[in-house]
Amino acid sequence: MNDRRETTMLSRVADSLYWMSRYLERAEHTARLIDVDLQLRLDHSPDAGSERWLGLLQALQVPAPEDGSLDAETLTHLLTLDRTNPSSIISCVAAARENLRQVREQCSSDMWEQLNRLFLQVKSTASSEAGLLDSYQFFRAVQDGAHLFQGVTDSTMSHGEGWHYIQLGRFVERTDAVARLIGAHFNRSPHPLDQAVESEEYLEWVALLKSCAAFQAYCKAHTAELRPLRVAEFLLLNPGFPHSVRFSVDRIHAALSAISELTERKAGQPVRIAGRLRATLSFSQIDEIMASGANAFVDSIRWQCSQAHTAIHQIYFDYSVESALVA
Amino acid sequence: MTMPEPAPALSRPPFRHYQFDSAYDEMFEAPGIPRPHYRALFQTLLDLPPEELRKSQQAADLSFLHQGITFTVYGNSEGTERVFPNDLLPRIIPHAEWGKIERGLAQRIAALNLFLEDIYHSGKILADGVVPKELVYSCRHFRREMRGLNIPRGIYVSICGTDLVRLPDGSFAVLEDNLRVPSGVSYMLANRKVLKKVFPTLFRDYGVCPVDHYAQALLATLRALSPPSSSARHEPTVVLLTPGVFNSAYFEHTFLAQQMGIELVEGRDLLVHDNLVYMRTTAGLRRVDVIYRRVDDDFLDPLCFQRDSSLGVPGLFNAYRAGNVGLANAIGTGVADDKAVYAYVPQIIRYYLAEDPILANVPTYMLTDQSQRNYVLEHLDQLVVKAVGESGGYGMLIGPQSTAEQREDFRRRIQAEPRNYIAQPTLSLSRAPCFLEGEAQARHVDLRPYILYGENMTLVPGGLTRVALRRGSLVVNSSQGGGSKDTWVLRA
Repeated sequence: MNDRRETTMLSRVADSLYWMSRYLERAEHTARLIDVDLQLRLDHSPDAGSERWLGLLQALQVPAPEDGSLDAETLTHLLTLDRTNPSSIISCVAAARENLRQVREQCSSDMWEQLNRLFLQVKSTASSEAGLLDSYQFFRAVQDGAHLFQGVTDSTMSHGEGWHYIQLGRFVERTDAVARLIGAHFNRSPHPLDQAVESEEYLEWVALLKSCAAFQAYCKAHTAELRPLRVAEFLLLNPGFPHSVRFSVDRIHAALSAISELTERKAGQPVRIAGRLRATLSFSQIDEIMASGANAFVDSIRWQCSQAHTAIHQIYFDYSVESALVA
Repeated sequence: MTMPEPAPALSRPPFRHYQFDSAYDEMFEAPGIPRPHYRALFQTLLDLPPEELRKSQQAADLSFLHQGITFTVYGNSEGTERVFPNDLLPRIIPHAEWGKIERGLAQRIAALNLFLEDIYHSGKILADGVVPKELVYSCRHFRREMRGLNIPRGIYVSICGTDLVRLPDGSFAVLEDNLRVPSGVSYMLANRKVLKKVFPTLFRDYGVCPVDHYAQALLATLRALSPPSSSARHEPTVVLLTPGVFNSAYFEHTFLAQQMGIELVEGRDLLVHDNLVYMRTTAGLRRVDVIYRRVDDDFLDPLCFQRDSSLGVPGLFNAYRAGNVGLANAIGTGVADDKAVYAYVPQIIRYYLAEDPILANVPTYMLTDQSQRNYVLEHLDQLVVKAVGESGGYGMLIGPQSTAEQREDFRRRIQAEPRNYIAQPTLSLSRAPCFLEGEAQARHVDLRPYILYGENMTLVPGGLTRVALRRGSLVVNSSQGGGSKDTWVLRA
């Protein structure tokens, strides 16, 4: 009897936990990206501004404002506190909270309270007169809030099926975001792969690493001498760093295997896709990848990731009644 | 009226501005003289610096906000989620008074269940002319689909929250029976949790009956409704059916599901195949045996009731008819809490149980009767008029606080549809001290205890004391600016 109870999870609930986690990861990623970007901007001449903004908008897949205005205040608002932009931080946190609210009996009350508190904090920033005057504090708070939520989740929720959907959401989102960032960066900055980067480009490469929360970890592994090849290897193939693509894909595979076992569904499709992706990342050599272009490689990863997403959806969330009755 | 000289204790904070009127005061038997069971609380309040209380209130408010203990207000687009105001000062009920309430409610629910079984089967009470036929058959909540249907244990109302008021003479009377989907029990549990933190010593010294076993008792009640065929198969699967996140009581739905450890489902999570109910899980379809539904009859099954409902489950009623699923409460219970049928409850109790009612009714004017209607129309400014099928404080006229325009509106409505309204004298609800604006102020309160009826009848000692937070207001509903406070039923 008890074994059976462990495995009961409504499809709608699984779907909400998955999306809650994706939205929160997206909010954290956006906050980190803007935070890094604003700091980098301090070292640049003011006229380099608009191009950087376009790059940032592209990395976050947010369309540029129609009136073409690219001033810092408008754009920061668009990306952080603008509720009409579905990818803004406030929209993502609100969507994460709304998803969790719909399944709040499934999570621990500590988790709910933490996410609710983060939401109230973001909301009060949005409604306060000061707004984003202290933007550093704000981005820090969003990242801290998301980290805290993950910690609370890991230590107060059973690591059962629901927890695996949360893991799944986080790492699907992360794989996609980090892969996109790497692709765009290597596209923009052609540089001899195995030489230390020039001093005027140094900050850009630091920013890439910092956007993946990876600067310190990279320095520990390879010293502060930044070589594009090593940066690519670190961000794509490092098995131990939590924001690398390989690490994220390993987690996706682990979560899907666990879910498949817990639900006793003979549904190989998502596990198969994740397994193949995992093998690609485990056995690829960075020089081979770079020889055929970083862009092509990350595109293929993102494509397979979206295939896995679709398969998860079809098998666990939105299956047809007929197929289920036969089983 | 004349105000007696305030006793010395009343000249001190937080009671400096405490006022009395003709209503029964829960705390004081005379100005400055607390009733015996309130003495300890009174002393504590005098000894506490008001600043302390204010801090506790803030901490409690914040804890409600962070836990997201909210309700939704309809017809208000901005920030529809609102925190349910909690008042810090407990309402205390002595053991003996509670005993009478308990017996009275058990009697009432037993009789109302027999009434429902009767009107959906042979209708003896109607044939004997005790309750007029036309009253029952004209009720909007009468479901002819339920005629002749035998339901698990013959229990129609398994979960009930009856509204009691205390009249100026100190006796309790029943104001309304809520036999469809009564809400509020989660606030009872949440208030208790907060008060235990705010007044730990006082709470312990008072010897308060615990209420925390409510969730377990509710689960046992629901399990008792599982169809015989399924309980032989395995432990019954119980789910709570919610209309969804936009429902005003959504917090409560999640709370109860979590406390009971059952799945919280929406209509789209369930499906009916071959008259069996299933829920859609990640591991495939799973049989459901009992549904605690927090969705009104009308929206439960689009094939049978309201056709455009997307909250319900197509085919659910057929599964129910086939005896493959238990529902709490049963369909069609609303006929017994119709406010016009309410007037007959004393007769209903006498008819089925051959006992006198333990708890009185509030006098009620039937507007279908011409002489009563005339009287009411002449005295609209003194009476309370209620629509018979409404709840939650909607569709109400409070005569003494109404405008001429509102009275004219109700006059027209009554004349158009007399069956749709009843009138009652404006009751002077009892008042209890509440901690508002940094001091104790008297506010009108009612009491909603929760009754469970499965294998046994269970009354958790306590309930939700609802408070009309606006000065002078008589409406305690949360949708109309009400709040609530913890209710302490004493062990001895």
